[in-house]
Amino acid sequence: MTAKIAYDEVEVGTELPAQNFPVTRATLVQYAGASGDFNPIHWNEKFAVEVGLPDVIAHGMFTMAEAIRVVTDWAGDPAAVVEYGVRFTKPVIVPNDDRGALVEVSAKVAAKLDDKRVRVDITAMSAGQKVLGMSRAVVALA
Amino acid sequence: MALDQSFVGRTYPPTPPYEVGREKIREFAEAIGDANPAYTDTEAAKALGHSDVIAPPTFVFAITFKAAGAVIEDPQLGLDYSRVVHGDQKFAYTRPVRAGDRLSVTSTIEAIKSLAGNDILDIRGEVHDASGEHVVTAWTKLVSRAPEGA
Repeated sequence: MTAKIAYDEVEVGTELPAQNFPVTRATLVQYAGASGDFNPIHWNEKFAVEVGLPDVIAHGMFTMAEAIRVVTDWAGDPAAVVEYGVRFTKPVIVPNDDRGALVEVSAKVAAKLDDKRVRVDITAMSAGQKVLGMSRAVVALA
Repeated sequence: MALDQSFVGRTYPPTPPYEVGREKIREFAEAIGDANPAYTDTEAAKALGHSDVIAPPTFVFAITFKAAGAVIEDPQLGLDYSRVVHGDQKFAYTRPVRAGDRLSVTSTIEAIKSLAGNDILDIRGEVHDASGEHVVTAWTKLVSRAPEGA
């Protein structure tokens, strides 16, 4: 594990570079194939509406995978992430158009822990709503 | 119908090993649009101190969730999967998953709760490699929503 960020260089409140992740129906089909999660609520609008959803929604695990990229890109080595947890609070709704949805992710150092580890709190928004809650990672820094 | 509390603490047998393929990791990294070379370039992964390409942090969910199927589909437990949504997900890593790993998952029911007619099930998946070394633990909270009008 070789994080490129030094523990001594960060403080509580240090912001990680924010990123936006676009999601289209094509993205969800590709993620379904790669992850093996073929639940039709992620690609079949008719089915999604029938089970009470407003439209097709992104896989929660897709949103979770995107959100941690803000941390892994910052740390350099993805293995610097030693813990990562989220609560799925709201779905990311993905309309059937060219633009799809946008997941906006920001993160900041919330606590400095022992053994050169920090806790990073992550915020993920889509269409003005928080889509992940309690989204936290513990990261081992250099 | 509330789930049987006596299932709390029940552990299911370890799954047959899942062999982590280099191209499967690449496919997953491409699907999440992540160009980090540690996922696709062996030399880049080695430069970070890994013996081979590593998988993105959430990659292992596909393996642990499949293993959790033993719990979800346990007819004795009687979970109504058609009403299940994913509530929370957490991972704690001893080391990253990497290409060539042969991973086995042992699933345990950590908690069963009933809240406003919803059944809440906490499943822990312990992931070990072929040598028995711990790789990652995955905690999955599933919520089975109460039927309408119940």
